[in-house]
Amino acid sequence: MANDNQITGAQALIAALEREGVDVLFGIPGGAILPAYDPLLDGTMRHVLARHEQGAGHMAEGYAQASGRVGVVMVTSGPGATNLITPLQNALMDSTPIVAITGQVSSAAIGTDAFQEAYTTGLAMHCTKHSYLVTDPDDIVRVIHEAFHVAGTGRPGPVLVDLPKDVLNGLTELGDPQPVVMEGYNPTTEGNGRQVRAAIELLEQADRPVLFVGGGVIKAGGSRELLAFAEAANAPVVTTLMARGAFPDQHHLALGMSGMHGSYTATTAIQRSDLLFNIGARFDDRVTGDPATFAPEAKVVHIDIDPAEISKVRHADVPIVGDARVVLGQLLATLDKQRGEAAPPARIDWFETIQDWQQRYPLAYDQDPQGPIKVQYFIDQLYDATGGDAVVVAGVGQHQMWVSQFWQFTEPRSWINSGGLGTMGFAVPAAIGAKMARPDDLVFALDGDGCFQMTCQELITAATEHIPIKIAVFNNHGHGMVRQWQRLFYGGRFSATDLGNVAPDYPALAEAMGCVGLRAEKPSEVGPVIDKALAIDDRPVVIEVVVDPDEMCFPMVKAGGSCDNVAMGPEDLW
Amino acid sequence: MRHTLSVVVEDQAGVLARVASMFAQRAFNIHSLAVGPTHEEGRSRITLVVDAPDVEQLSKQLYKLVNVLKVTELAPDEALESEIMLVRIAAGPDARGTVVETASMLEATLLDLGPTSVTFQVAGDPVKLARFLEVMEPFGVVELVKSGRVAIARERTRASARAAG
Repeated sequence: MANDNQITGAQALIAALEREGVDVLFGIPGGAILPAYDPLLDGTMRHVLARHEQGAGHMAEGYAQASGRVGVVMVTSGPGATNLITPLQNALMDSTPIVAITGQVSSAAIGTDAFQEAYTTGLAMHCTKHSYLVTDPDDIVRVIHEAFHVAGTGRPGPVLVDLPKDVLNGLTELGDPQPVVMEGYNPTTEGNGRQVRAAIELLEQADRPVLFVGGGVIKAGGSRELLAFAEAANAPVVTTLMARGAFPDQHHLALGMSGMHGSYTATTAIQRSDLLFNIGARFDDRVTGDPATFAPEAKVVHIDIDPAEISKVRHADVPIVGDARVVLGQLLATLDKQRGEAAPPARIDWFETIQDWQQRYPLAYDQDPQGPIKVQYFIDQLYDATGGDAVVVAGVGQHQMWVSQFWQFTEPRSWINSGGLGTMGFAVPAAIGAKMARPDDLVFALDGDGCFQMTCQELITAATEHIPIKIAVFNNHGHGMVRQWQRLFYGGRFSATDLGNVAPDYPALAEAMGCVGLRAEKPSEVGPVIDKALAIDDRPVVIEVVVDPDEMCFPMVKAGGSCDNVAMGPEDLW
Repeated sequence: MRHTLSVVVEDQAGVLARVASMFAQRAFNIHSLAVGPTHEEGRSRITLVVDAPDVEQLSKQLYKLVNVLKVTELAPDEALESEIMLVRIAAGPDARGTVVETASMLEATLLDLGPTSVTFQVAGDPVKLARFLEVMEPFGVVELVKSGRVAIARERTRASARAAG
């Protein structure tokens, strides 16, 4: 017999999400998840109705990346869940904490090829950090709290909870909050003291050290500690794509991003370093090029909260498993203790060499005032207009690399992009999620026309939900990065990279979706159009920026090539 | 390089799939796999024989699975290994006596006598199984099935600890 404390599994789910402090979730309802959508009406959480589940997933990611909190997405079974696979893998690759709630057909129907049935936990096995199929309403609350714990701690990542309809409809009790106890999941946060001392010893002896900083520093909230450590160490700082904003670009120790489209100085400093001090980066192939020729003279200190990243690609002479912020604190304390009042090593030769590279090989572009707009020019103009005070969101491709190169990042979580998976279409929905997390901040998506066409249906989500993001669509009438590769490596044979003669009328498309549509076609129009966009605060704004289709992104290290060969232009590759 | 791993997992639905599938994902080759309950409630043990150049990376990837509780690599000299093999050897009326006599010298158990073949069970370490096959090969192996290897660590004695340094 039902007692007074009994609630449905769906009510327990909503209550557990509220207990986790969730203020917004992104999703789309459907048959199997219907029970969970009903108690949502009585709760405190806001629901943002996306137009496609992939969009909902990227919104949750944007929310998580902008805030550091766990993003939540809720969709139905079958196609709802399969549409979520791309955001899940994206979140896995970029260590973004999200919890995905998926409806599932009723327990009795599982395995019968029922309507809208998909083997969601099976499909999600390799694109989540962990996943659950809940078979008993009494497990819902525990599983939700475990899911948030796993998603948000250690190396963050996506966790999926699959809930059959009968489990949502079944009766359970909420109970008092219980601590999460998971025998098989206990991330190490504090670094081993002996290894920390060994790392400091290597650092103090190094003539040409580089602090190589990854997204782990941002996840750990360790930017302040990083700044203090870099200054104490007196060592130059290179950031990965995911770590833009972890260290202020204006700082005299900042060298920017290295790798395939990194600056000459950042890439070359790593190549010539005698100590590569990796803090929360994973030696991605876009960073290393050919691993056999990567940083050949460097000893390696590798700090990572995920033990599997250490010595996966590059052998670590000093491995330290731990949280980047905690370990940076330990490193600082050790450095202080060992050094006492002594000054840090001056490393005059090393800094002179670096300055010489910076002067000889700066990041540069030419904007002909009468010629077509360069994306880099728009980025510079936007930076000047905003003072850099914005959350910048990018899609994937040339424009993403240019933003990373030319925007001067000062704050962590001011740069949101799809790094590991390289998911075109990420920007628009991720910007919506970011704006939900930080409504008082300017959120500006910088997107390519190829990317934009993949998820632009979410413009209507932004408009109807009153989420006033801004989007610049760089229209080069094609898939610019792929075209660049065809130009460089396929003899200029442009196969399927031209988006056709009939491009959408982007401002008209924006207006049709309830947004403001603007356009800039000449360099002289860039400044005014940015001012116009920044003045609008009650609706989303889309600016079509017609850009030079022939501009290529440099510097460039060939895929799988040696980072010793940084091409400053096409002539260095041909 | 071949390694034997003993993996204690939570006994939950889908755990074997997670473990096996991770090997496929990361392109590690499983040579043999055996799974069964342990003496502790709610825990299973998976014994894996794998070909992997970097067993440390493999072990770390296993630990990343939330349901994996303990991973132990069993070095050959520290492991007690056993496997069951059922094998049918070709043997008509003329050869039957010799086949059965030879097999019994190799400590195989006779399971079935048929008109054209004899079926044996051989249990023991991999060397014993390999030796049985080598000796019986000339008679003709008709069919063969192996259980997958199970292994357990040998208790360390003072002598073995000294030898290991």
